[in-house]
Amino acid sequence: MNWFSKMFASSIGQKLILALTGLFLCTFLVVHVIGNLQLFKNDNGLAFNLYSVFMTTNPLIKTVSYLLYFSILFHAFKGLQLAYKNKIARPVGYAVINGKANSHWTSRSMGVLGTIILVFIVVHMSDFWYEYKFGNIPYAKYTENMSTGEVKFERYLSEAGEPLTINSKKEEYVEGNNKIIIVKDLYEEVSEEFENPFLVMVYILAMFAIGFHLFHGFQSGFQSIGLNHPRYSPAIKFLGLWVFSILVPALFAAMPIYFLLIK
Amino acid sequence: MSGNMNLTLKVWRQKNKSDKGRFETYPVQDISPDMSFLEMFDVLNEKLINDGKEPVAFDHDCREGICGMCSMFINGRPHGPLQGVTTCQLHMRSFKTGDTIVVEPWRAKAFPVIKDLAVDRSAFDRIIASGGFISVNTGNAQDANATPIGKDDADASFAAAMCIGCGACVAACKNASAMLFVSAKISQFALLPQGQPERNQRVLNMVAQMDAEGFGSCTNTGACEAECPKGISLSNIARMNRDFIGAQLSSQKV
Repeated sequence: MNWFSKMFASSIGQKLILALTGLFLCTFLVVHVIGNLQLFKNDNGLAFNLYSVFMTTNPLIKTVSYLLYFSILFHAFKGLQLAYKNKIARPVGYAVINGKANSHWTSRSMGVLGTIILVFIVVHMSDFWYEYKFGNIPYAKYTENMSTGEVKFERYLSEAGEPLTINSKKEEYVEGNNKIIIVKDLYEEVSEEFENPFLVMVYILAMFAIGFHLFHGFQSGFQSIGLNHPRYSPAIKFLGLWVFSILVPALFAAMPIYFLLIK
Repeated sequence: MSGNMNLTLKVWRQKNKSDKGRFETYPVQDISPDMSFLEMFDVLNEKLINDGKEPVAFDHDCREGICGMCSMFINGRPHGPLQGVTTCQLHMRSFKTGDTIVVEPWRAKAFPVIKDLAVDRSAFDRIIASGGFISVNTGNAQDANATPIGKDDADASFAAAMCIGCGACVAACKNASAMLFVSAKISQFALLPQGQPERNQRVLNMVAQMDAEGFGSCTNTGACEAECPKGISLSNIARMNRDFIGAQLSSQKV
């Protein structure tokens, strides 16, 4: 083994992998939640649908998204592998163990919480990511009056009421005084999905899992990299609690609730 | 005497390394609240010897909280219910009459049970031997103030050097990780000028030995810090992590 693989094969190196991929996934969550806030816009999904096209066609974002898929898989794989290795470091367990006397339950449940999140990611990606890429998502037609700025929304249908498609995710042209945008209507897909109360429950529970996972995981990632400092660590813990374990999951959870109850 | 206690002990008994082991239940009577936990075990062992039975093997030495030998996992916690003490500093007043107390050995692949409650902690010795020292020439000690050391660094180094190598960190950790111990032994030198010449090689060697011994890896639960009788800080683990990463990245060896 050369030094590079030796470094990452060591116990500290394994933790380094988990920390780096984990913190990268945290930055993704922030981008994801900010982008998805456009779901709350009362514009029949125009902003959200255009954003979806941008996120799936921009070459830079596409490159980062492959890094993201890899990070999710690698983080999950390494996490489970490490959980197994750590299990066999204690072949005979204790008859009585009082874990709550010395540690927070989230820190002792990262494997379970992570597995719940992994299952959720599979469900979530087959719901939206797969549907958007390979499924039959209807198109929406937005007609913007360029002098008044008023936008008219309609489904993109033939005269007979059959759904029409185009060969790309988006088409934009000017017709007289109107700008016409025809775009894949992921917004419609989202609002349909979240009419199902069971699915909304699944999403909310998954956000609890993410919140608890990041309550420990965010600050733990910094410790694994070796960043523990009396000046900065309190700020890292603050961010981990209020942003990553409360604000981000709460905003995500608000989206299905909004579609189920308000929309 | 009034105030004395009657207790039930569930103690792990195991003949040798290869024996499977099991719990035995022993009633102990008339235990003074002022006895230490180890003295209570002495009373139990006297009785077992008088009854012609094998006494419970347990490690102990100084009985004043500095040798680190008294490894007992008591009611689900290393060294029992108090914080910042070893088993010899735990007194029976922390329990009440009628209590059942479960006593187990440290559990870790790297700490095999020798007999009953005594475990083999020589894995720690091998980690120290792999680099937990500074190489100095013999001869007269140099003048005490010849090498200036900042107060903060000296304090942090002393705090790390408080580690008595008892293994409570390993015992408490859900992963049986030895990182608090190893990081304390690395930090006590990493913070001092005398530790600098061998700093990189030390962390590489000691971490390699730690991994070879079969300890788990750290998931930052903080259980070790909470259970450490000497209050060794988790910040030492962060220092070890960054020293290790830095040493790996900057080493000239290919």
